Amino acid sequence: MSAPNKSYDPVEVEALKPEEIERRRDEALAAIAEAADLDALREVKVAHTGDRSPLALANREIGALPPHAKADAGKRVGQARGAVSQALKARQEVLESERDERVLVEEAVDVTLPYDRVPRGARHPLTTLSERIEDVFVAMGYEVAEGPEVEAEWFNFDALNIWADHPARTMQDTFFVEGDKPAGTGPEESGVVLRTHTSPVQIRSLLDREPPVYVICPGRVYRSDELDATHTPVFNQVELLAVDEGLTMADLKGTLDHMVQSLFGEDITTRLRPNYFPFTEPSAEMDMVCYVCRGESVGNPDRPCRTCGSEGWIELGGCGMVNPRVLTACGVDPEKYSGFAFGFGIERMLMFRHNVEDMRDIVEGDVRFTLPFGMEI
Amino acid sequence: MRVPLSWLREYVDLPTGESGRDVQAKLISAGLEVETVEQLGAGLKGPLVVGKVLTIEELSGFKKPIRFCTVDVGTANGTGEPQEIVCGASNFAVGDKVVVILPGGVLPGNFEISARKTYGRNSHGMICSARELGMGDDHDGIIVLPPEHEAGTDAIELLELVDEVLDIAVTPDRGYCLSLRGVAREAAIAYGLPLRDPALLDVPGPNSYGYEVKVSDPAGCDRFTARTVTGLDPEAGSPIWLQRRLQKAGMRPISLAVDVTNYVMLELGQPLHAYDRTRIEGVIGVRRAQPGEKLTTLDGQVRVLDPEDLVITDNRGPIGLAGVMGGANTEIDDAGASTTDVVIEAAHFDPVAIARTARRHKLSSEASKRFERGVDPQAAAAAAQRTVDLLVLLAGGTAEAGVTEVIAPSAPHTITIPADHPDKVAGMAYGRETVVRRLQQVGCDVYGADELIVTVPSWRPDLRDPNDLAEEVIRLEGYENLPSTLPNLPSGRGLTESQKLRRRVGRALAGAGYTEVQNYPFLGEAVFDQLGLDADDPRRITVKLANPLSDEEPALRTTMLPGLLHALRRNVGRGAHDLALFETGLVFRPSGEEPAPPRLPVDRRPTDAEIAALDAALPRQPRRVAVVLAGAREQAGWWGQGRPTQWADAIEAGRVVAAEAGVQLIVRQDQQAPFHPGRCAALLAVVDGEEVLVGNAGELHPRVIKALHLPERTSAMEVDLDRLERASGGPVVAPRVSTFPVATQDVALVVDGSVPAAEVEGALRSGAGELLESLRLFDIFTGEQIGAGKKSLAYSLRFRAPDRTLTAEEASAARDAAVAAAAERTGAALRGA
Ligand SMILES: [Zn+2]
Repeated sequence: MSAPNKSYDPVEVEALKPEEIERRRDEALAAIAEAADLDALREVKVAHTGDRSPLALANREIGALPPHAKADAGKRVGQARGAVSQALKARQEVLESERDERVLVEEAVDVTLPYDRVPRGARHPLTTLSERIEDVFVAMGYEVAEGPEVEAEWFNFDALNIWADHPARTMQDTFFVEGDKPAGTGPEESGVVLRTHTSPVQIRSLLDREPPVYVICPGRVYRSDELDATHTPVFNQVELLAVDEGLTMADLKGTLDHMVQSLFGEDITTRLRPNYFPFTEPSAEMDMVCYVCRGESVGNPDRPCRTCGSEGWIELGGCGMVNPRVLTACGVDPEKYSGFAFGFGIERMLMFRHNVEDMRDIVEGDVRFTLPFGMEI
Repeated sequence: MRVPLSWLREYVDLPTGESGRDVQAKLISAGLEVETVEQLGAGLKGPLVVGKVLTIEELSGFKKPIRFCTVDVGTANGTGEPQEIVCGASNFAVGDKVVVILPGGVLPGNFEISARKTYGRNSHGMICSARELGMGDDHDGIIVLPPEHEAGTDAIELLELVDEVLDIAVTPDRGYCLSLRGVAREAAIAYGLPLRDPALLDVPGPNSYGYEVKVSDPAGCDRFTARTVTGLDPEAGSPIWLQRRLQKAGMRPISLAVDVTNYVMLELGQPLHAYDRTRIEGVIGVRRAQPGEKLTTLDGQVRVLDPEDLVITDNRGPIGLAGVMGGANTEIDDAGASTTDVVIEAAHFDPVAIARTARRHKLSSEASKRFERGVDPQAAAAAAQRTVDLLVLLAGGTAEAGVTEVIAPSAPHTITIPADHPDKVAGMAYGRETVVRRLQQVGCDVYGADELIVTVPSWRPDLRDPNDLAEEVIRLEGYENLPSTLPNLPSGRGLTESQKLRRRVGRALAGAGYTEVQNYPFLGEAVFDQLGLDADDPRRITVKLANPLSDEEPALRTTMLPGLLHALRRNVGRGAHDLALFETGLVFRPSGEEPAPPRLPVDRRPTDAEIAALDAALPRQPRRVAVVLAGAREQAGWWGQGRPTQWADAIEAGRVVAAEAGVQLIVRQDQQAPFHPGRCAALLAVVDGEEVLVGNAGELHPRVIKALHLPERTSAMEVDLDRLERASGGPVVAPRVSTFPVATQDVALVVDGSVPAAEVEGALRSGAGELLESLRLFDIFTGEQIGAGKKSLAYSLRFRAPDRTLTAEEASAARDAAVAAAAERTGAALRGA
């Protein structure tokens, strides 16, 4: 470094000659342009813009110039350093984006690789189908009622107008809990059974609450059938009970229509056929229009329908107006209140709604059957 | 009930072109479950005629007997010459009348007949068997007709081969439809046509010189009619029309007297019994059986009678199970070869008594089926008369003038209903006129204006209540015409907390990789030994079934694990390795001291005490959730190693469940079957300030794994959802989120190997005070450096204040306090200190 030029003599400083500055600038620009990668550019940067770079040194010499020359030299050096710095920045950007491109290519992966580290499970379709049905009615204002599966006969039979000698109360249909009575004296004597339907929950609901009562009773029920492709001794039902002033069969029909429309589509309707059940009077069998063929398979051998067996209708279950005797047994005045009820099996609905061909698949707990059903149905 | 359409037409003039399918549709809509319509003789085409066998030549040299016959077919073959036919049957003789199909005819099954050469002869047609004509399967030989039919007569018409048969599943309330009379009544109403009631017969009144009958149990038998026919021709057989109707209705012709009683039963619904008079000794009686009495019934079974059984007797003792089956000792001679005098019984028995007897003796007959469902008591006399008439007509008998009738007095049943009651039940306006008309159509007498006084017909004992009458009106007006309306419900409260919890638990477990199963709750007690339960383990107290499906599994589950482990094993057996299953459901936990429930009436609400007594008879039925898991919990793959299932996964499943209930589980070391004694956790929760056991989790005991053939290291968890629900707190109190910086302090504490980590953590938490934001165990170390039997637990503690930046001194002080608490409670020493 030269000492300050105190005498203000016009000293010629070699480094500040315009040609020299231009030369240094051009050297720097060439070096920048030649820098092949970011490391080289870093070296170039140190060499041409660092404290000991020629242009930086030249800048320091400016102070040695007489005042009249300072401005001129300062401007020249500043411009040169600006040009270098700009070129550096531009080159830096180019090299960085080149590097990024290269690295990103190197970091590419096969996103189609499978990833089943902890595979998801699933809920059982009987559970989720039952919930879907419950939700239809909960949205209407019904409550979901539940009760014990080991049940007193009074709840399961007597209160439902299924009198002592009714065929349903035999060993062919009902699992009886063993009583204290000696063998051979009739096991029915224990007075306790595995519930054969969820109707005892209806009875309990009527005993628990004051009308109006609007409940839906899903749950497990038991009948002594052997397991085969279409039967299971343990199955799930949903029953509905509505008791209020002025309820009619038309209300029953409308409620059924609403249910099948919610579950199977807007234009699906139901049909009632007279039938007999002790706990309802009048009683009916309920069918719904086949949601697959919508009845078009009937009499049309070219288009057979497996879902409804080309009948056009699918049997759902039984229904009717609550027998006033049932209301009486529950302390509900049949002169003032009437009610309707229906019930059907979830397994059967699962079978026809999801093309299940064999009941055993539903009950055996094979994860391959259940997994595709996921969380909701 | 099988109803031939041709027979039905005898009582109702159905439109000529009406097919079986048409009638089916009408009857279904009226509430009769017509399951099928069978087309008899479909595809049958003549010439099919009566033939008289002229000559028979037995051909020899074949594997079976073959006959070459000449048969007179009248002019049916166009020539009047005898028809030459080869026949493989040999149950006929020269002179017999047979059924012949001539070339050009077609038998059911599209079997075309043509002249052909067979067994070395030319055969021009075929002599037919019942099976070939679609008349029934029970006979292989060819049909031999009664001799009176002329050769050449058209046999299609003679044998009524073309017909349609409705098969109706009759519901228990519609006993009257187990008769042509009942079905015809429904058909008449459905078509709006008059009914020719076959029970409307002229019947002579009872007198004192009929066969003597003594009814000792008028409650069991409120009506007994006896008639006698003598001088029957023992040779007389049932005419073809009678046989055909029985066959079409699904009964087998036996002998004239038996066929006639069956025919009348099908026609009128009244079961009848014909006794060979020469085999009855003395007075016919009706009473309950005496203990120890025996009876050999018509089916050859010796039956020991129950004192509740209603029996028909003569001087010797029981001669029949009333309303169910007759006795062998007074049976009509099967072939009709010797019986000439018969006594006909047409009685009415108590449905319950008949049902019980039929069930007790496992003997369901055509008669008992009808009596159980209710027979028209007023039809007994007509049925007896009809039987007498047919026997006189067909067997040349003579009706004796004596008519016995024993009748217990009874009043017809009357129901009073408001005229608009059916409207109110249906939800549509039929109007009084329609209501009255429909009730009259079903046979009721109806009086009154706004209040209808309805007397129900004798054949409808099922009509007892106002709603029964409403159903008659509504079904006849058509269920399909009911409007579709919705009731106005009060607002509901949605699912209960418990129901919502169950759904959340299911979703959380499924999300964590568990698959739900629903197992049968049946188990055998051997599984308790396999699970290693102590002899006095309360889980061994089970509800047992009197009639289990399998004697191996007579009990109901007291724990969810046997079913889940069975499902696990089944999946493994089918090739799965890595399994995580869960199930939610009830277990059944009797005390073994449950009293029998009281017998309660149904004509009033039971009292609260009575309901409580019913509930006391039931076992506790808590709801549980359980998991089992085996194989890999995390799969190996391109990302690295997998991780096998372990005890910790099972405990974590418990935490997942508890978290859904908003409960922080307390985990304690435990020893409990069926778990590994060193890898078993008790899961507890705080209910009302007290710690309550809610379940267990861990790895199964190696002996259990071996006994149940489970994969190694199978782990399980079972939690009582009801208890867990009681532990769940109220709504979450929102934490205040401090935005000041966190101060993190790590400590490594050396404790005795037996000190549970949960205790160390608890001590650290309580010592750290309110500044502690979170604490996490991030490493466990054992080794020489820290001494034998010791372990080092490394915790990361994060401190934060709600209102300021903590100084280093504050954070250290809190950490030191935490460590001091751990030292005091668990003997922990700061590692390296
Ligand atoms: Zn279909």
